[in-house]
Amino acid sequence: MPSIPVMPVPAARPAPVSWERLIGEDRVHGTLYTDPAIYAMELDRIWRRSWVYVGHESEVANPNDYVMKSIGPEPVIMTRDRAGAIRLLHNRCPHRGNRVVVCERGNARTFTCPFHAWTFSNDGALRGFPFPSGYEGVDRSTLGLARAPRLASYRGFVFGSLASEGPSLEEHLGAARASIDALCDASPEGEVEITAGFLKHRVRANWKLLVENETDGYHPAFVHASIFQVADSGIGSLYSSASTAVSRYLGNGHSENDLRPEFRRRGVPLGWFGTTIERLPSYATRMRQAHGEARAKQLMIDGTPHVMIFPNLFIAEIQLFVIQPFAVDHTVQHVTALQFKGAPDLNRRMRQQTMGSVGPAGFLLADDSAMYERTQRGVEARDPEWLFLGRGRHRERRDEDGFLIGDATDETPSRGMWRHYRSLMEAA
Amino acid sequence: MTASAVTEPALLDEVTRFLYREARLQDEHDYDSWESLWTDDGLYWIPANGDGGDPEQEMSIVYDSRSRIALRVRQLNTGRRPSQTPRSRLRRIVSNVEIVRADRSEVEAASNALVFESRPEGDTLWAARNEFTLRREQGALRIARKKVILVNNGNALGTMAFLL
Repeated sequence: MPSIPVMPVPAARPAPVSWERLIGEDRVHGTLYTDPAIYAMELDRIWRRSWVYVGHESEVANPNDYVMKSIGPEPVIMTRDRAGAIRLLHNRCPHRGNRVVVCERGNARTFTCPFHAWTFSNDGALRGFPFPSGYEGVDRSTLGLARAPRLASYRGFVFGSLASEGPSLEEHLGAARASIDALCDASPEGEVEITAGFLKHRVRANWKLLVENETDGYHPAFVHASIFQVADSGIGSLYSSASTAVSRYLGNGHSENDLRPEFRRRGVPLGWFGTTIERLPSYATRMRQAHGEARAKQLMIDGTPHVMIFPNLFIAEIQLFVIQPFAVDHTVQHVTALQFKGAPDLNRRMRQQTMGSVGPAGFLLADDSAMYERTQRGVEARDPEWLFLGRGRHRERRDEDGFLIGDATDETPSRGMWRHYRSLMEAA
Repeated sequence: MTASAVTEPALLDEVTRFLYREARLQDEHDYDSWESLWTDDGLYWIPANGDGGDPEQEMSIVYDSRSRIALRVRQLNTGRRPSQTPRSRLRRIVSNVEIVRADRSEVEAASNALVFESRPEGDTLWAARNEFTLRREQGALRIARKKVILVNNGNALGTMAFLL
C-alpha cells in the first residue's frame, strides 16, 4: 500500500503588525476589531499577560467553596482552600486534558477528574490516581492542577495574571484603586459582596467595542432615548453637552465617567440612585453611624463610580460587569448587581434596578448590544477604513491631579485606552 | 408540577385558546393588547441559570412587577429601541398545554413554547417551558403570573428585547 506523505506544517507566525499605522491620535483602523490574527496577538499580549479580573472573594466565602471563572479566554476554578487561601486553578486535567470541574459552583475539598479519576485537593495538588502501580517512579508533585502564575486581590476583588512577571496589581490598578475605594466606601461596612449570581449576555462583537462603550458618554442620549423618554431616570442629562460631569483617562487603559460634579450640583443624598434617604432610611442611618454625619452625606451625594478597569472589569454604579472574549467577533458580558455589606434595603433596590436595566432583555443593555453587533458588521466594511475618535480633542485638559479629562460626552477614555493598547501590543 | 388526571375539556379549551391569543399578540408586537391580558398585580418572570431560585435574591433575565411590565411596554411603544428597530420577526408554537390546578377563581397552567426569531443580526430558536397563573376577572382569564423557563438559560444568551 502506498504511504501517504505527511507534510510538516510550519508553525503559523503572525506577520509583524505596524501598530502606529493602525492606531493614530484620533483614529483607529477597522481591522483592529475584525482581524483574527490581531485577536490572537491580543490573547498573548493582553489577556495572557496583564492582570485580568477574575471574581470576588465573597463568591467563595467559606473554606472549600469554589466557583468557575475565567482569565479572559482561559477557564479557571477559583477556590478557597481548607486553610482559607484563595487559589486560581486551571480547569484542565494534567493527565489527558479533560475538564475536571463541570459544576458552576459548589463546596468540595477535592476535585476528581471524571475521565480516569485522578483526584486533586482544592489547592491543586495531586492527591492520587487509581491503579497506582502503573505510575511507578512518577513524580506526583509535577502533576497537580496548574495554578495561575499570579493572583492578587484588592479590597476583595480578585485578579489573576497568566504571566509570572510584570507590574504588581497595585501598579496595574494605579488610579483605579481610588475608584474601588470609593465603591467600598458606599458600604456601611466598607465591603462589597457579590452574591446575586450572574446574567450571561452573548454578543457577536469584538470585546473592545464593549470596553470603549462602557465609558462613552456620547451614546446614551441616542441609544437609550427610548427608556429616558418613558422612565424619569435623570440619567439622560448626565450625558449631555450641558452636563458638568467629566470623562477621565486614569492610565493603564482605565477610564471613568466622573458624575460627581453633577450630583454635587444637585446636592441630593442618594440622588445618584434616583431615590432619597427617606426611602432608604436604614441605609442612611448605617452610613451616618459608619462615617459620621458630614462624610456620610457627602458619600451619599457623590454616589458610586462608573469606571472601566482595563481589560475586563466594569463597575457601573450599581452593577459589576465582566467582559470575556471568546473570538474576534464573539464576547460574553457577565453582569450582576453590586451588593454592599450591611445594606439590605439598598441591596434590594440594586438587584431590582440591575435586573431591569441589564442582561439580554434589559432596558439599557439590549440596546447597547444591538449597537455592538451592528458596529461589528459595520467595521467589516472597508470604506472608510477608519473609526474617528476625535470628539473633544481640542478641549482635552489636565485636572488638578494631572489626569486627562474631557467633557461628559468626549472620547477621552477611548483615546487613552488605545494608547495603552498600543503600548501593550508593541511590547514584544 | 404534575397535571391533574381529570381536566375539564371546556377549561382546557378555554386556557389553550387564551395562550394562543397571548402568543399571537406577542408575535405581532401588539404590545397594548398584550399588556391588557395582565391582572393589576401581574408578575412576569424569566429566570436565569436554571429553573429559578429565589428571584428576590438572585439575578433573573426578567423579573417585572406590574408597573415594570407597563414600563417595558411603554419603552417598546416608543418605537425607538435600537434592539427592536427593525422589530424581530417572530412566530411561536405553543403546545403541551396542561391544567395543573384549578379552582373557581384561578387556574395554574403550563405549556411548552418554541419561538423562531429573525433579526438582521441573525435567526434564533428559543425554547421554553411556560408556567402561568391565570385568574378569572369579570368572566375573562387574565395573567397573574407568567414564568418562562428557557431551556438554555444556563448559557450565555443573545439579546432578546421582544416579548417572550
